[in-house]
Parts: sequence; C-alpha cells; structure tokens
Amino acid sequence: MRRWLWGGGLVLGLGVILFAVLIWMGWRQAPESASAAVGASAQALSADQVSRGAYLAKVGNCMACHTAQGGEPYAGGRPIETPFGRVYSSNLTSDPETGLGRWTEYDFWQALHHGRSRDGRLLNPAFPYVEYSRVTPEDARDLWAFLRTLSPVVRENTAHELAWPYRTQWALAFWRGLYFRPAVWQTEPDQSPQWNRGGYLVQGLGHCAACHTPRDALGGYRLGAEFGGYHLPGQGWYAPSLKDLGQAGLDAAGREDWVRVLKSGVGAAAVVTGPMAEVVSQSTQYLSLEDLRAMASYLASPSDAPGRASVAEGPRGAVVSAGPLGVGAQLYERHCSSCHGEQGRGVLGAYPPLAGNRAVLMVQTDNLVRIVLEGGYAPSTADNPRPHGMPPFRLVLRDDEVAAVLSYVRNAWGNSAPPIVPLDVLRGGAAAH
Amino acid sequence: MAARVQACTACHGREGRATPDGYFPRLAGKPQAYLYHQLLNFREGRRRYPLMSGLLEHLSDAYLAEMASYFASLEIPYPPPRPPVVDSVLLERGRRLVQQGDVGRGLPACVQCHGSAMTGLSPAVPGLLGLPRDYLNSQLGAWQTGQRRAQSPDCMARVARMLSADDVSAVSAWLASQALPPNPRAVKSLPQPLPFKCGGLIAREGS
Repeated sequence: MRRWLWGGGLVLGLGVILFAVLIWMGWRQAPESASAAVGASAQALSADQVSRGAYLAKVGNCMACHTAQGGEPYAGGRPIETPFGRVYSSNLTSDPETGLGRWTEYDFWQALHHGRSRDGRLLNPAFPYVEYSRVTPEDARDLWAFLRTLSPVVRENTAHELAWPYRTQWALAFWRGLYFRPAVWQTEPDQSPQWNRGGYLVQGLGHCAACHTPRDALGGYRLGAEFGGYHLPGQGWYAPSLKDLGQAGLDAAGREDWVRVLKSGVGAAAVVTGPMAEVVSQSTQYLSLEDLRAMASYLASPSDAPGRASVAEGPRGAVVSAGPLGVGAQLYERHCSSCHGEQGRGVLGAYPPLAGNRAVLMVQTDNLVRIVLEGGYAPSTADNPRPHGMPPFRLVLRDDEVAAVLSYVRNAWGNSAPPIVPLDVLRGGAAAH
Repeated sequence: MAARVQACTACHGREGRATPDGYFPRLAGKPQAYLYHQLLNFREGRRRYPLMSGLLEHLSDAYLAEMASYFASLEIPYPPPRPPVVDSVLLERGRRLVQQGDVGRGLPACVQCHGSAMTGLSPAVPGLLGLPRDYLNSQLGAWQTGQRRAQSPDCMARVARMLSADDVSAVSAWLASQALPPNPRAVKSLPQPLPFKCGGLIAREGS
C-alpha cells in the first residue's frame, strides 16, 4: 500500500514539474533586445517598401480577420470561433489609443515572431504566429511599413470571450511550451528556389496549416498530419487535405489548375466556397502567378505519392438499385440537371462537373451537404468578376430529399461513394447556424 | 444575366417574381438603387438573413449593382392580392396610417415617401404593394428591434419605432390587400419634400 502511495506521489510530482517546465518554456521565449533582429530606428518609409508590405498583407490575409462585417478595414473586431471560446481580432490601424499607433517596428516583430504584444502579454494563437514566426525580418519590416500607412480608426478592442483556464496567461504559456518555438523558414538546399519560395509562403504568411492541418484536443497541430484536412470547429466546414489527391491535393499535372483556382476562384472541376472563398477573395487572387506557382510546387506531391487515399468505397450493389436513388434521380432531374447537366458534366467556368469530382466523392461530406443547403457564389475576382452561383435548397428540399439527391450524385455517371443519410444533412444544417 | 442570378430564384421565384403567397419579397421591377442597397446591407450586416449574407459575402459592389439592375429592369405583371383576413376596423386604421399618417404623433404617412400610389420613388425608395403580409410584418418588426437597418440616418427605423404592434398589423393588412395600379412603376418625383433625411438617398446622391 505504502509503495503505491509513493509511486502515485512520484508520478504526480513529475507531472507537476513537467507542467511547470512547459509553462516556463512557453513564457521564457524571451523578447530579444531591440537591436537583435530588427532595427529599432524609424527610417523614412519608401514607397517600394510600403507596396511590398501591402502585397505581403494580402499573402497573410491580414485584413479578412482584422475587419468586422461592415466595419472599417483593419480596425478589428471580427469574432473568430475556437473550441475554447470566441477570440476577437484587434485594431491594426494607426490610432494611438485603440490601434497600433504607439507601436514600433520592434513591437511588431515581437508580435509576429514571438506572439507577444507590446506590453509583453502572450497573444492568443488564433493570431497564427506559429506560422508568422517564419516571416523574415525583411518582410516583417515591409509589412510594418505598410501597416503604419493605415489611417487611424478609433475602435476599442473587444475582449475575448474565453473560458477558464484558456483566458489565462499561464495557459497560453503552457500551450506555447507544447506547440510553439519561434523559428524562421529554413531553406532546403536540395530543393529548387521555386519550391523554397513556395514553402516560405505556405508555411509562413500564407498560414495554410491554420485550417488544413488537423489539431489535437488542445488546439495544437497533430504531429505527422500536416495539411491532412481538418473539420473547422464551430463552422461546419471541412478544410480538405492538401496532400491527398482524393481531396484538394495536387500532383504535377494538376498544378496549373490549382493556380487558376487560387487566382480566379474557379477551376476545371472546382469552385471555391465557404471559408476558402474568403481566402481567394481577399488574399490569393492578389498573389502573383509566380508566387502561386511556387506554392503549388511546394505542395504538389511527388509523382510516386500514393493516389486517392480517401476516396470513399462505393456502396454495395443493393444500395445502388434501392429506392432512394430512384427518388434522387428524379430530384436531380428537376432541380440540378439544368445547370450540372444530364450527365453531370457541368459547364466550364460556370457550373462544376459532378461526375468524377472529388469534392462530390470525398469521405467527408460536410461541404457537399452545406453547399446544397445554403448554396453559394464563387468570389468576385479580377479574373472572374461575375461568378455564377448555386441556389440554396434548404427551404426547397427536405433533409431526406437532400440525402437522396446527393446519394444519387455520388453514384451516377461512374461515381461511386457511400450514400448520404438524412442525419448527415441534419447535422450539416445545424452546423450552418 | 438570368443564369448568373439563378441562385436568387430558389426563394424569390423565377425572375424574382415571388408572389404574396409565401414569405419572400418580389424583386422584379423594384427600384435599382433600393435593391442594390439591400444587397449591400445584407453583405455588410445591416440586414440579417444568413442565407442572403452567405451568398453575397464575396461579391463585388459592381456585380451586386448589376444584379440589382437586372431585377429592376424586369417588367412582370403582378398577381392579384389576397383578400384581407382582418376586420374592417383594423383595415380602415391601416388605410389611414398609410395615406394620412398620424399628425398628432408626428407620424408621417407611408405615401409621403413611397408615393401616393405606393409604387415607390425611383431609384431608392421601394414600392409597398405586391408583398406578403408576413414579410411586411417582419420587416417593420426588424426595424423596430434594429435587426434591419439602412444607411444612416435611418429614416425608416425612425418611422417604424413610432408604430405600435397594432399599427404594424393594421398597416401590413391593408397594404397586402391592395392591388397594384395599372402603372406599377416607381414615380420619379414626389409632390413634397421627404419628411426625414434618409441615408439611402444621401448615399445615392454622394456616389
């Protein structure tokens, strides 16, 4: 008995020590001296620097999160749902009282690279400093030069609505101890300059992992699952895998179409909707083709990579011929075929094909259900200023009818995937609001 | 353009001709700037209806203006109104509020802004006829609670907040029971100046 107590005490003691060490590690990442990485001098801003910074702000999609619906650009206040509560973005304009007007370049570097605010407070990682940490000091300087040009907007920052202990500084320190090390992008000498440029953008300002990499229960990235796809908490959208060719992964042959999707919002078989429509609308459409191609080169799987790993297995023969698919075929004929075509081939640039479309066939059906229920437009972009849209069917079709038509679509014209049941539709509808 | 706005038709009917039988308002033939402002209002959160906001979220001002022009240009006959379902006392109260307002309360008549035939004032003030009663009720209610807003100063919010629940019921019942006049188009001018300043009209002049 005594031995058990001793053993338990030892384990508990070690646990406490480990906990303390992690908090210390997360806290310790000390602000470096002002001169270390970024010069503290307030040099005159060159127009070049500001325009480079403006471009980098597009790459980082800063404005999307730092602007409330209908609010002033960059004045913050947009709520961001996390499993731990609601985080509100901050005012980045140059207002001295409520924005960044009193910040220096050094303060900005501390935030971007170390995830610390001007007063030393640890920032909530909803601000993706895990990625932004990789931004070079030169780019950080340009970005800061641009932010300084934003006209002041008076908007007091909104307090986060986080549950205990997530709102505490020690919880953030613990989290950082587990998941965050300040780092810069390491060039891979074996890879091409294009690949390295792409990696720097994808892993840095682009912060693609923030949505596309699965997270564990504490909100840290799951090891070994980079870009493996993630159900966005509280949003009801699935950010597909960027590695799996059955989802949004790309191989050498698919690179140019991938670039087109990110530039215009529409590709041969893809239309961006949901949170990615915002990314294209506010960020990637502004990127140079050169940078988009670099990102594609970094993300593209080598030609010997495993293929469509997560394309669902088709249903058993009995299911194919069963009633719901007959109902589904009728519903398809009535509601879908005028745009997507009798053979599910769609119309290039307007209506995506459904035959052979991986977005239709994926195991994760969240997005498929969502788009039928709520409809959606591709974003207006310079290359596609007047996009076509999908009507919402939420008020037209019942849940069982949505399930039937989607099950049909998943098994017509050579498609083969498990049917969708009304419960999937109910769940998708509930997630939407 | 018809193909590009097909997403609208699931709720608003073919060519935006929604009838008074449902909830959704008709789009066809409404003044262009009014429609455009509503699209902006939904996109920017001054009006709240998740399906609308979701659809418009990433569409440009220019494209929304084009959509508004398309629906504004459609001249489609209106179906006859549904017979009123309320008693004649309430109906008469509705008629008086619409046509005369209530001077004692400083409440302007609907017709002062929306035109004596209630077909709207081009280009930014909508007509009030041919709409479902449920829709009229919910819009006036939304204005009272701040769920629906317009560009500031929000003249319609000011008017709506002067109305009691019975006023709203009376006004919506009477409006929903009226047939469109032979010429259903919005008028180009009003005999008298508007009683209040309206942001939707100022924004138009300024742009």
